[in-house]
Formats: sequence, C-alpha cells, structure tokens
Amino acid sequence: MATINTADTAWMLTATAMVLLMTPAVGFFYGGMVRAKNTLNTMMMSYVALGFVGIAWALVGYSLAFSDGSGLVGGLRFSFLNNVALEPRGSIPHLLFAAYQGTFAVITAALISGAIVERMRFGPYLTFITLWSILVYAPIAHWVWGGGWLGKLGALDFAGGTVVHINAAAAAFVVALVLGARKDYARTAIIPQNVPFTLLGAGLAWFGWFGFNAGSALGANQSAALAFANTMFAPMATLVVWSLLDLMRTGKTTAIGAATAIVVGLVAITPAAGFVSPLSGIAIGGIAAAPSYFALLWRARTRLDDSLDVVSAHGVGGVIGALLTGVLAQRSWNGVADGALFGNPRQLVIQLAAVAATIVYSAIATLVILKAIALASTLRASAREEGIGLDVTQHGEEAYSRGEGAILVHTTGTER
Amino acid sequence: MKLVVAIIRPEKLNEVLEALYRAEVRGLTISRVRGHGGEVEEVETYRGMTVKMELHDKVRLEIGVSDHFVEPTVRAILSTGATGEVGDGKIFVLPVEKVYRIRTGEEDRSAVTPVTGEDSGE
Repeated sequence: MATINTADTAWMLTATAMVLLMTPAVGFFYGGMVRAKNTLNTMMMSYVALGFVGIAWALVGYSLAFSDGSGLVGGLRFSFLNNVALEPRGSIPHLLFAAYQGTFAVITAALISGAIVERMRFGPYLTFITLWSILVYAPIAHWVWGGGWLGKLGALDFAGGTVVHINAAAAAFVVALVLGARKDYARTAIIPQNVPFTLLGAGLAWFGWFGFNAGSALGANQSAALAFANTMFAPMATLVVWSLLDLMRTGKTTAIGAATAIVVGLVAITPAAGFVSPLSGIAIGGIAAAPSYFALLWRARTRLDDSLDVVSAHGVGGVIGALLTGVLAQRSWNGVADGALFGNPRQLVIQLAAVAATIVYSAIATLVILKAIALASTLRASAREEGIGLDVTQHGEEAYSRGEGAILVHTTGTER
Repeated sequence: MKLVVAIIRPEKLNEVLEALYRAEVRGLTISRVRGHGGEVEEVETYRGMTVKMELHDKVRLEIGVSDHFVEPTVRAILSTGATGEVGDGKIFVLPVEKVYRIRTGEEDRSAVTPVTGEDSGE
C-alpha cells in the first residue's frame, strides 16, 4: 500500500503553483506581441482559461483523463472530484495530483489562443476552450498518462510534448484556418506593442516550466533532478543556436527571437526531460532551434495567419522533441526505455504513432467543436470591431488609457 | 501653397498613407490626437466606475502641397479614410503664407516640391 511521502508532497505543492504561473506568463508572452488595442483581449484569452478550463477540469475533465475507462477515454468515477480525496496516489495525496494535472489542462487551452488573437469574439472563445479541454485535452491526456492506448503502447512523453504542445498546435492550426486571417494581415505592418512583456512572459514561463517538467516526476527524486537539469540546459542551447541563426541571417540578435527560442527549447525538452542524459538534452535544445526558426520565416509568407506562431513554436518544436525522445532516451538514465540510438529503433516508431494520432484527433475534434459553436453564434469579430480593437469592443476597457475625455457616468446603465 | 490638415481614424492610417504614396504625395507629418466629432461614445468599466469615452483616438495628418497637388491629396484621403460611420474625420485645406525648407533655405513652391533622387545629387 502506497504511503504519502512529505518531501514529494512539498515539491508537488510547489510545482503545482509554478505551473499555474505559466498561464499568466503565456498571457504576457502573447500580450506583448499584439497591437496595443488588443492587449487586454489577448492576455484575457490566457487568464480566463484559469477559470473556465480549471473548473471544467474539476467537474469532468480530470475524470475523463485519469479515472479507469477504456483505452480511449476515462470514466466518470472522479467526476465532480468524487472519490478524489487525500488518499495516496503514488506518494502524494490524490487531490494534489488532480490539482497538478489541472494546471496542465489550463495552459494547453491558453496556448491555442496565440493563433487567433485580434479577431475572435470572446463569448465563442470561452465556449471553445471549455469544450476543447473536455473533449480534446482530457481524452489525449488519458491516452498517454491515464492508462490509455498510447501509454500502453510505450509512448514516451515525460511532461506533455505530445499531450500539451503538439495537441495545442494542431488545434491552433485548425482554429486559425477556420477563423481566417485578420483583416490587416499581410496588408499592413502589424508589429508588437510591448516587447518587454514578451521577454517577461518567456522568463516567467521558464521558471514555471521547472514545475511542469521536474514536477512530472511526481516526487522529489532523481528523475525530477534529471528533468530539472534538462529544463535548464536545453533552452539555453536553443537560445545560443537561435541567436547565432539570427546573427548570421540579419546581423542582429532579436529580443523577440530570444523569447521565442526559450519557449521552443522548453517545448522540445518537455517530452524528453526525464528520459535523456543532460548532454542529449543540450543536443535536443540545440537541434530544435533550426526547424522552428525556419518554420517561422516560412509561415509569415503564407496566408495562414497563425498570428503568434503556435504551430512553429509548439508544433514543430513539439514534434522534434517527441521524435528525438525516441532517439535519445537512455535506460541507464530513466530506467524505463532506450531510444533508437541506444539499440531500440522501435521507440521512434511508437513516438511517431503518438505524434500522428494526436495531430489527427486534435485537428478533427477541434474542427467539429468550432463548427458546432458556429451554428449557434458568430466566431469572428466584425471588421469594424477589428478596426477599433478588441479591448474596447469585447471588454469595454483599454490597456493604455490616458483618461482624456473620460466622463464619469454615475449610475451604471442609465443615460444622462 | 496650401496646408492640408486631415483628422482620420487611426485604423485607417495605413490605407490613407498608401493612397497618398500612390498619388505621389510626399512629405507629411502625423500626430496622434484625441477628438470628438459626434460619434457614439464607447462605454468602459473599471471596477465600480463606468465612464464614457467622449474623446476618441484620431490621427492628424499635415501635408504642405503646391496648389495643383491639393486635389489628388484630398481625393486620396477621401477614398481611403471613409468607413461610412460617424467619426471618419475631416479634411481642412488652409492657405499658407510662406514655406521654407530648413536644409537649403528654399522658399515656397520649391520648398514643398519633393527632392528627387537626381536632384539630391546621389
């Protein structure tokens, strides 16, 4: 019978808070890259996931992901947090495990928003991320971590390269296609309103990511130490390679590039964090820079308005990470499985299957959810609303109001 | 010479600039301003405080042109600055007494005529 280990519990309490911080971090990361008139809307797309997705997780998502069910989806035994109490799950209280996993559901939904900033009406967005977290995130989490078919097949995904990043990127691709490009896309220059916000977001995300990756060891143990070190060194390598690519291509190292590099490195190491040696981690981080770097450049020349490049950063970075996990995993470090480089080529095939299955299911289910919502309401803001900006039209607030011409209305809802 | 002053919507600025460029109007100054032309106020709420924004962000363009350039300049702004809703702004055409180009001390017509590549000696 498992017992509670207090050191493991202490670490997982901390890790849970750290991962929760990643969602506001994504808000800052994205919020800095849009135009000033859409700052609040973009940041709110992340912040509201904390509420809507978090509660959906407690009520039904957690059960569909982690209670016993079929290979495809969990059951309802843990719905409304029934049967989730302080008994041990592994070496930590079950309730803490459910809370920890909830922070993953929240950030995964928030990540999608980067593809659709500056043009989606907020009500349909809330509906979308709530349904998506239940119908897409929870089943895929079940496949890999909840006793589902990919886990049984032996797919390695330490902290969510497939479940979180590839999943979010596939959904992002579909939503960007369904919504269409912003009216100004490729017609006028759309430039970031606050690059320091983006740098701040990347820094906070990195801090939170130690909880995300090292916390996925579910205890204060050797596996957590390996994941922690990889989470530190891999993005460092990405940052170096990315900076050099920038330098060679344009003669300048960009700040947005640095912030992007950190995220790409973190994404790439996520599936591998507790499975590969630190040197392999550095290799993964370094290798991951180039595909995402060039995917970004190529995407900007297409009609696909994946506005903040969720596909290039999380999709391409996630796939590279998932596949390299299948190459560089080392049983002497993880005690679980070797990769292709260490005599187990089958692992690479399994990784490829996990990536493909996730992309296919996520894309199709996302499309179905969007089409269903579109039957009941309009997804897209009007051209006029896009022109004025979504802060004023969707939220009735401005990020940078100077207060000039603001007349106090004493009683809300009555005309003077 | 005339000074064309246009107050337009900020979200229309890029289109207007593009049209001016195509009409070969060169040399202009813009500033961010706030104003009110009778459009419906946006209501904003910050905690318990509800406010009406009586002033809206606008962009003011100032373009010094020689007389025969007034018409194309105004046409370019009219054709691209309009949305059809109240709040699209105004164009004022003002007489100008004197113009000096600071770099050369040129006056009037030659001061508002843009320098081409050859003239600048490049």
